[in-house]
Amino acid sequence: MRRKITVTLIIIVCFLLQSTLFKALSFASISPNLLIVVCASFGFMRGRKEGIFIGFFSGLLIDIFFGEMIGFYALLYMYAGFLNGCFKKMFYPDDIKLPMLLIAGSDLSYNLFIYFFRFLFRKQFAIGYYMLHIIIPELVYTLLISVVLYFIILKINQRLERIEKRSAAKFV
Amino acid sequence: MRRRPKHQIPTKYILLSMTALCILAMYVSFSLNLGGGPLNSIAGAIFEPMQKGINYAGTWLSDKADNLKNLNDVMEENEQLKGQVEELTNELNTLKLEQYELDNLRELLALDQQYSDYKKTGANVIGKDPGNWFSIFTIDKGSKDGIEVDMNVIAGNGLVGIVIDVGPHYAKVRSVIDDSAKVYGMILNTSDNCIINGNLQSMNEDQVIEFSGLNDSENKVQIGDQIVTSNVSDKYLQGILVGYVSSISEDSNHLTKSGTITPAVDFEHLQQVLVILDKKETGSD
Repeated sequence: MRRKITVTLIIIVCFLLQSTLFKALSFASISPNLLIVVCASFGFMRGRKEGIFIGFFSGLLIDIFFGEMIGFYALLYMYAGFLNGCFKKMFYPDDIKLPMLLIAGSDLSYNLFIYFFRFLFRKQFAIGYYMLHIIIPELVYTLLISVVLYFIILKINQRLERIEKRSAAKFV
Repeated sequence: MRRRPKHQIPTKYILLSMTALCILAMYVSFSLNLGGGPLNSIAGAIFEPMQKGINYAGTWLSDKADNLKNLNDVMEENEQLKGQVEELTNELNTLKLEQYELDNLRELLALDQQYSDYKKTGANVIGKDPGNWFSIFTIDKGSKDGIEVDMNVIAGNGLVGIVIDVGPHYAKVRSVIDDSAKVYGMILNTSDNCIINGNLQSMNEDQVIEFSGLNDSENKVQIGDQIVTSNVSDKYLQGILVGYVSSISEDSNHLTKSGTITPAVDFEHLQQVLVILDKKETGSD
């Protein structure tokens, strides 16, 4: 229960910051993608199932407020959470390389999918341009932010796990 | 640790069923043109006040920062300006005459008069699309304030976009610079129709959007001409300024022309918008 509330709060805060504050702080009209950091990090920290649900609900939020149809972003974020969850066995909290790599990979493929489904299908073929001016800048900005955000999420998760362990020990 | 294997559903089934759910939702909302429905109301009630609060705090902070920055500049400027005052007093007399003329002309141009027959309501922009691909934003008025889907949104002196979805106290607006936006436009001088479509690439590079299909056989359309919404558009009210022609070229078919438009609205710093409460009568329903 405590975990659910905390995670919900993290998603809400990130969504709000992403749609307001970071839009104001955008460089060259590019703003970072906080929610993908949240989905990816909970995915590889907690496993596939949690990744799915966290991804689904973060995506649904974007769908409701900014999407043109319900379900598109939910699907993308859900798969981001799920695929990152597959790397749970390789994840160690002390290692920063794998998380950064996974977050970068998630953001990259997320944007490529958006380009593929929402732009390529409308005959916007200039992938080189979109790559250089949208996808890569967003990737860099997101990675910069995720250095901070990832550690916040990591610490919150470790604290939650400690509390859970303690209360589980009480019952045994 | 106790394990309860009979309550565990395998992850792949969860993934599959959620995927099916998403695709179904996409299909339903795309084919039936439904928005979130009840989801809109619930999510709106929770998030909208928070977005408003953050924006309010953000504006307050940036105002304060601006004030501090300005103070230094102002001190320096003050010295310079004192010297200029005398010089300018001389020029003032001549300028007064011109000012009078300018005022008159501005009054003629005032767009508020042009739109004054429409009922309007003001709204604040409370959130922008979190991604970098589309230009969709939310405003703080919704169906409870009389806003409906397909209402036109303007700001100051031009067209901003159109309402694509409403919740009880918020509405989604797609701006004309959005890559998937299409508007029927008309050159004000010659009444020639064209199609205006938003373009992410040209908007990022030169702050312009594209138009195409302009039939201008007599080469009358020039750079700087005003483009307004056309009377043949089925969703946009007639005669709202979209922007000014910034470049024009002949298509390879030698029949039509296409080019770019500089939008009349500053989309980067959009904070307040006006929603026109009259919808275009199309006779289709």
